[in-house]
Amino acid sequence: MKIRHRRTLVRSAALAGALSLALAACSSGSDDGGGGSAVSSADAASDIQAALDKGGEITVWAWEPTLTDVVTDFEKKYPKVKVDLANVGTGQDQYTALQNALAAGDGIPDVAQIEYFAQSQFAIGKSLADLKQMGAGDLDGTFSPGPWNAVDQGGIVSGLPMDSGPMAMFYNADLFAKYDIDVPKTWDQYYEAAKKLHAADPKAYITSDNGDAGTSTSFIWQAGGHPYSVDGTDVKIDFSDEGSTKYATQWQKMIDEKLLSPVNGWTDEWFQGMSNGTIATLVTGAWMPANLESGAPDGKGKWRVAPMPQYSEGESVTAESGGSALSVMEASKNKELAYAFLKYATVDEGVQTRLDGGAFPATTKDLDSKEFLDKEFPYFGGQKINEVLSQAAKDVAPDWQYLPYQVYANSIYKDTVGKAYIDGSTSLADGLKAWQDASAKYGNEQGFSVNK
Amino acid sequence: MTTTSITTGRGLAGQPPPRGVRTRRTRRSWTGWKFVGPFMAVFTLVFLAPIAYSVYLSLFRTQLVGGTTFVGLDNYVAAFQDPQFWSGVARVGLFLLIQVPIMLGIALLVALAIDSGRLYGKNFFRISIFMPYAVPGVVAALMWGFMYGTRFGLIGNINDAFGTSIPDPITSSFVLAAIGNIVTWEFVGYNMLIFFAALRVVPHSLYEAAEIDGAGQWRIITAIKIPAIRGALVIATIFSIIGSFQLFNEPSILQSLSPNYITTYFTPNLYAYSLSFSGQQYNYAATVAIIMGLLTMLVAYVVQLRGMRKEA
Repeated sequence: MKIRHRRTLVRSAALAGALSLALAACSSGSDDGGGGSAVSSADAASDIQAALDKGGEITVWAWEPTLTDVVTDFEKKYPKVKVDLANVGTGQDQYTALQNALAAGDGIPDVAQIEYFAQSQFAIGKSLADLKQMGAGDLDGTFSPGPWNAVDQGGIVSGLPMDSGPMAMFYNADLFAKYDIDVPKTWDQYYEAAKKLHAADPKAYITSDNGDAGTSTSFIWQAGGHPYSVDGTDVKIDFSDEGSTKYATQWQKMIDEKLLSPVNGWTDEWFQGMSNGTIATLVTGAWMPANLESGAPDGKGKWRVAPMPQYSEGESVTAESGGSALSVMEASKNKELAYAFLKYATVDEGVQTRLDGGAFPATTKDLDSKEFLDKEFPYFGGQKINEVLSQAAKDVAPDWQYLPYQVYANSIYKDTVGKAYIDGSTSLADGLKAWQDASAKYGNEQGFSVNK
Repeated sequence: MTTTSITTGRGLAGQPPPRGVRTRRTRRSWTGWKFVGPFMAVFTLVFLAPIAYSVYLSLFRTQLVGGTTFVGLDNYVAAFQDPQFWSGVARVGLFLLIQVPIMLGIALLVALAIDSGRLYGKNFFRISIFMPYAVPGVVAALMWGFMYGTRFGLIGNINDAFGTSIPDPITSSFVLAAIGNIVTWEFVGYNMLIFFAALRVVPHSLYEAAEIDGAGQWRIITAIKIPAIRGALVIATIFSIIGSFQLFNEPSILQSLSPNYITTYFTPNLYAYSLSFSGQQYNYAATVAIIMGLLTMLVAYVVQLRGMRKEA
């Protein structure tokens, strides 16, 4: 009798929470949450289902191109729901618009695309809804660790990862073959390759770098640095830790010996450099292939992908570069519906739609799927590049944190670290120190307690 | 000219009202207000209100943590001690001292040449020199940015043709000179037109009289033409001062081509822009804008006083 009763309970709960992953987590005896969490997740799931059945209208601010198809499919599946997808600008432009809307308290969207580095900036302003309330806490493990850490901070889940940018080295294999240079596995070999290449052809450079905040922080991340540590409003910035120093020393050699092309990233010149063999490698995020194909079509067949160069031979540590999550705004009047869209786009059917559109996933299931791994890319000479990129996603160094005002910090990178790229003006290490000081000053002005 | 009209206006307003007509005067002043009412309303809305709002903003501080608080004049104190702000002011000051004389000198030279009547095809020159002014500033900056390029641009072609290695001026310490060159190219025509228009109204009989007295062209220029267009010179100088202090378009566009040389505080306007749009420091940005406005007014006023004093 007693056993039977329990069974019924379990069965009805299972029915009620059919969509929820919570039960799976519960029955597999996962340590987080326990019974209480499962019940609330089931409740949340049924609330969300109710919201979908009831229908309504939500506004989504995003610039990610594959979302258009996701919205079409979503509206087809849930005919009562209307999604207004608006592209109000890429990155910084959207954050400006979003911050203005938040300051005005009017015209705030229900869902916004926010890059990982900017998540905590909006989360700390209490502008983002805590998705744990809607069951997102149980999605731990669904996403690869890098992106998940970026949204699971300060006790709340501030968004669901949409894509990711584990780093790898994209390289022009023809160029390496032409000058008989080995493809570098470590940063020291990379430096040697840079010298050899530039000596063989003075117009050719191993890569282009004019100073870029995202690149610097990602390289420091890979080197094991933790320049930022954030605990609520207590912030520490320290660019003199071991990892940061490792990066600064290594990269300083590249700058001093003029082994870096001064071409600015994302310009026509830059893409031409990849077509005509004057830029030999790019160490960047896994979202690069689609950009290479469209920006440097003449490079087709020449380029390949290899793991990111390491600081010590035999290691395999990577970092993330870029990528964004979808977040529900705290001011949204229809959070359940907004969350339902988030989940559709980032966990459920929407993921496949976005993969077909060329996005790089953040979901472990897709990163491990055979179809994904076995896909051959004609641009890369038929190489199964996702094998390299998927492995890179697993090798991301843990526990990286960005500043709760990283958007601003990145905007003043050029004023400080950028000076290291001007002849003999200052060193990379001093530039980083200046960036640290300027970032700390701003943080303290904004009411944080930085380096105190 | 301006001073004269201001003085006249002040003189009228300063007159004591005649006795015994107080009632009539009050009624008349109301009628006057009705006439200027529409103007005053628009003036208040688009001119006074934004300034008042900026002043209001500059008295507060909004923080990511802690919200908005009234801080009195703290922002002004901070601005006066802000090395980034003053480095921007110094930069536009230097720009003003070097670029404005060069630009106005060329403009004056061209205006005198066209006005001399000895230039063959003067309409063609007038139009072609004025043409750059019709090019939008943003387009001009982009165009020059590409021309300066060492890979595809004009500098690149020169280097290829002559085997030289001139650096890209915007990615070197010559960046301010490079911007000065763009601004000069853009505004020589505009200033030339102001000078030329002023020269046109000088009666030709003066020149004839001077020639009869035995004066050469140089003497005519220094003794008649330049003194006659002093007003225009002063106006052009004041416009140029305002333009220099408000330098924004060119550095802002070129920043993407030369981010390590053009900082976010390269000019005071660019600084205010960066503060408010990437730093969310609207209050401090308002403070910087107000200080720059006052500074510009001060410098322009001093120049006007000096320029007009000799005329009187």
